Amino acid sequence: MERHYLLGNEAIAHACLESGIDFASGYPGTPSSEVVDVLRVQKDPTYHVEWSVNEKVALENALAAAWCGLRSICTMKHVGLNVAADPLMTSAYTGVTGGLVIMSADDPFAHSSQNEQDTRCYAHFARLPCLDPSGVQEAHDMIRAAFEISEEFRLPVLFRPTTRVCHSKGDVELGAIVPGTRKGEFHKDPRQYVVIPAHTRLLHKKLNEKQPILKKRLVERGLNHFTIKGKTAVIASGIGASYVQELLPPDVSFMKIGAYPVDEEWLGVFAQKHEKILVIEELAPVVEEAVRQVAGCVPVFGKINGYAPYEGELSPAVVAAIMVKAGFLPENPLVSMEPVQNLPLRPPILCAGCHHRAAFYAMKRVFRESAIYPSDIGCYTLGLQLGAVDTTICMGASITVGSGIAHSGDPRDVVCTIGDSTFLHTGIQGLMNAVYNGANMTIVILDNRITAMTGHQPNPNTGVTATGAESPAISLDAICRSCGVTFVETVDPYDLTEMLRVLEEAKKKKGVRVIIAKQMCVIAARRAGVKRGRYAVNLELCTGCGTCVKFGCPAIEFADEKARINELCSGCAVCARLCPVGAISREAKK
Amino acid sequence: MTKSFDILIVGIGGQGTILASNIIGEACLLEGRHVKGAETHGMAQRGGSVETHIRIDGQYGPLIVPGTADLLISFDLLEALRYSHYLKTGGTMVVNRHMVLPTSVFTQKSPVPTEDVIVAQLNRFAPCLIDADKIAAEAGNSLSQNVVILGAASWSIPLKTESLLAEVKKLVPPKTVEVNVKAFEMGRAFSRTG
Repeated sequence: MERHYLLGNEAIAHACLESGIDFASGYPGTPSSEVVDVLRVQKDPTYHVEWSVNEKVALENALAAAWCGLRSICTMKHVGLNVAADPLMTSAYTGVTGGLVIMSADDPFAHSSQNEQDTRCYAHFARLPCLDPSGVQEAHDMIRAAFEISEEFRLPVLFRPTTRVCHSKGDVELGAIVPGTRKGEFHKDPRQYVVIPAHTRLLHKKLNEKQPILKKRLVERGLNHFTIKGKTAVIASGIGASYVQELLPPDVSFMKIGAYPVDEEWLGVFAQKHEKILVIEELAPVVEEAVRQVAGCVPVFGKINGYAPYEGELSPAVVAAIMVKAGFLPENPLVSMEPVQNLPLRPPILCAGCHHRAAFYAMKRVFRESAIYPSDIGCYTLGLQLGAVDTTICMGASITVGSGIAHSGDPRDVVCTIGDSTFLHTGIQGLMNAVYNGANMTIVILDNRITAMTGHQPNPNTGVTATGAESPAISLDAICRSCGVTFVETVDPYDLTEMLRVLEEAKKKKGVRVIIAKQMCVIAARRAGVKRGRYAVNLELCTGCGTCVKFGCPAIEFADEKARINELCSGCAVCARLCPVGAISREAKK
Repeated sequence: MTKSFDILIVGIGGQGTILASNIIGEACLLEGRHVKGAETHGMAQRGGSVETHIRIDGQYGPLIVPGTADLLISFDLLEALRYSHYLKTGGTMVVNRHMVLPTSVFTQKSPVPTEDVIVAQLNRFAPCLIDADKIAAEAGNSLSQNVVILGAASWSIPLKTESLLAEVKKLVPPKTVEVNVKAFEMGRAFSRTG
């Protein structure tokens, strides 16, 4: 036994190693990415590990590996589970042979996400077990339990940590790493793996028959437990349980839900021993609905009757306020403190020298304010600050939303942006569809050769696999041409003149036009040792016109009516090309 | 139940708040103490405001409640003010004397707060203000500003200085160990005399 100070995701990855995993796949997405990122850099792994092109692909790969008897993990963020929902729903019918854990990390408060959906609802929908950790150590310990439950019930197990578990840290007791030794072998069994109607009807029945024993087993394993202390009780799940424990008066009973489905009979016995019950959980009222079904005339306090919020994340302060309101704490032990108002905000911003900024600038200069700019999910969503992002809904929805608008009859130009990883994730289908159905639109693929926002994971466009082995870098140009696009131009967005020329040319054409704005991610370039030298403003020439400042690069400041370039400059030279009086040039070597 | 010692480290994505948190967290393990914490990852890291919570002897959740932090360490003057409501009455504030102006100030032409105005607003917390850039440069590398500030805060952290220094040596890039040890010691010396 060793103790380490680890990030939740690092502890989860280590637990996978302790469980002797044989297969790992995933698609990056905050807050889930570090699990595969840890697994892919282990020396001489005894397991297969990959970044897949999307979550559906990742899950189908892991499912097949589990059918072959391997212990497999598949990771994604909550919205990735929507993409993987198709195989997920039927994987409950086919079941697995080797353990399969599907980690779908939820993001209450949408720190880095487009919504606040709850993975536990998918578990209920698919009738799959779901484990819900309340902290880093528990997340670690639950992974091992998840594999065992998966193998006992021959079902995939959903594992649902939240941002405050994945990106929390703590001292964790780790076990020894066990090398995976299983060799995959597929046993043909059409009644199990070919879900034609005659087979699937029986499989559905089998799935339902597993439920009562499963519910009992989750209690027996101690994943759901309680302590009776008095006539009132708090029932909590996830990180909320840790906040409750910090505040709980000594005479209040406590039930911790760490796994679903919850055994109604067991829950009912507990509920009936109390005079009132408060339910604390993040996101959907999953536990609360279960409690209400068995509570009878015992009053239940929670989201449904307005005592707890449906939205956002919990915190000790929020939980204390709920406990006071519902009469579970006599007074709030925490003083309410308000932040200082009216400070300049510091939102995340595209990096100094990020080529997306140059591409957005050129797009707006050619297509103007009047054009409509559908966009997608990635660092470039920050183009919102540059007025070049009008829509973002989900991965791959820039091209499809763009073609929908183009067909709607709105006469304005449609210019959409999508990153290389997102294009490969679910963008290609939209492109094919747009060409096939004759949409009029321009698509700018912001190609930085990597999946940048989630921590620089490689993708099929990078030329290396998750473990760093060389792989053939995909040709975005060839993909677009094979979808039937005739106007495909690849441009370096740092070359503003050329970028503007190609965009002007695209503007004159009809049909689907694709511009691949290709340049290395500025962070990846710096790590790879690319040095370009900084730029500086000649204060004698600078007229203070503000053209460079409006470009919005964090390396450009403005003081005393003059522009100035700070140490963040990466030497992309776009501002030098923008300056109308030629006041910006490469800094003389010191 | 032992009460935890709660430290909030704030700054701008890329300034090294996570390294500072790792140094404190690992030092806790050296001393056999429990520790909990929370970090900002993902989109929020791109030059945005970031916060790292560390609870020494923490038993439960990772988040610090506003108004209860024992120590606020800030790598940027403006961010110290943004998170100042986290500090408890009588808590300690250790702050970089300088700030990076948010780009929005320039692009949206919003009013620019000066360093002196912010210092005046922070004065009620009796902050320890450090010219981290200058001290880090003297130590040999301006990239060691985070370690300078950690050194300055080390008087208030309930861990042995040797434990913190041992983890500085372990966690900074191997080539920069000497500079960072010097940065830590200079920061520590500054806040004693400063």
